[in-house]
Amino acid sequence: MSGLDWLSAIFLLVGAAFFLAGTVGLLRFPDVYTRLHALAKADNLGLGCIVIGLLFQADSLAAALKLVLVWLLALAASATVSFLVAHRAWRRGIAPWRADEPGIRRHDES
Amino acid sequence: MNLAFDLLLIAALLWSAGRALTTPDLFRAVVLFIVFGLLMALAWARLDAPDIALAEAAIGAGLTGALLLDALGHLRGPVRRKSGLIAPSTVMSSEGAGPPAFPTYFLNGLAIVLAVALGLALAGALLLLPEPAISLPREVAAAMDASGVAHPVTAVLLNFRGYDTLLEVAVLWLALLGVLAVAGGRAPGRAPVTPRSARASLKVPRLLARVLAPLALLVAGYLLWAGAHQPGGAFQAGAVLAAAAVLLNLAGLLPGGATPRWVLRAGLGFGLLVFLAVAAAVMGQGVLLQYPPAWAGALIMLIETGLTLSIGLTLAGLFLALSGASRQ
Repeated sequence: MSGLDWLSAIFLLVGAAFFLAGTVGLLRFPDVYTRLHALAKADNLGLGCIVIGLLFQADSLAAALKLVLVWLLALAASATVSFLVAHRAWRRGIAPWRADEPGIRRHDES
Repeated sequence: MNLAFDLLLIAALLWSAGRALTTPDLFRAVVLFIVFGLLMALAWARLDAPDIALAEAAIGAGLTGALLLDALGHLRGPVRRKSGLIAPSTVMSSEGAGPPAFPTYFLNGLAIVLAVALGLALAGALLLLPEPAISLPREVAAAMDASGVAHPVTAVLLNFRGYDTLLEVAVLWLALLGVLAVAGGRAPGRAPVTPRSARASLKVPRLLARVLAPLALLVAGYLLWAGAHQPGGAFQAGAVLAAAAVLLNLAGLLPGGATPRWVLRAGLGFGLLVFLAVAAAVMGQGVLLQYPPAWAGALIMLIETGLTLSIGLTLAGLFLALSGASRQ
């Protein structure tokens, strides 16, 4: 394996670790906001690391730019969807989870 | 490594299909159906059929999913199925929170037995398929030079079996007419009226839609052009156009409505009319839709351009007609 291959492997593994952490967070975190936080990490950093890892293997500048575009589009979609889910949850009166007050509570505004 | 991936994919497909059918929560069922469509697209890609993978992802998962979610939005309140497998209306007779009545169990069991029997029969038929007398892939490869394009799928769809595609487009168009007839009779659509609080939340998706729509247009143009020599073509390009229209509609930037104005109506029929005009013009060749070889490439590109526009409008229309009709 050449130096570039090693760099690729490292970034791909780091990206996979972010995806794993994001998935564990999605399954284990207590409420919708914290789960979104975990999910967005996987999308932003996980996919970002994987794209960087793949950039070292790209045949041409065009292919590399396409990979970066894929990442930017996924970022925009992930940010928008996270906002929509969180906004909807907030408007339905789901209060953010707190360590000292377990469980989901409804706040006054609805 | 690939085998492990394929087995995982098959397991995920079966799991999502089973859960989509049996989950009592309809919203969850729709989401699982979309997941199933995306996994199916992956399966097609693994089977080296990128054309079908593109169509499945765009239409099977994307557009159908959007339609199902929209339909779910019209059903007021939380909708729950009493039991999997059997449709809610059938189960309504066994009101009450207790376990399903005997006929439900019996019907579910019968459905499972019949489905398994059908599955086994289909698998058997596939495995026992006789060797075909004519090797179609070889015939297609031999005739590629005369087709006017370099991608075999496009050659089959628009040259060798062009009349199939012609009729498919007509069927799609008729389907939209059916939807318009059911949803129609309303005033031309306005952008949906939303309360102030909801309008603020639309700012972010609006920005996304404004960024994505031009890109979708670019991708559609690319897919249309690429169809001549690699996976792509009018259906995929049209589906991407439709997705952009649905996104703009959901972000409140494009009004829906079941009464398209004449420009839209002309656009809906344009592809079919171009196709018919070309078919009529080359009738002199003796066989339906047999192009003169020198013109084949240009004629196919002409038809595909018209079809992209009309398929995009038709697929978008299937969504916009229904969503616009409801929000006014």
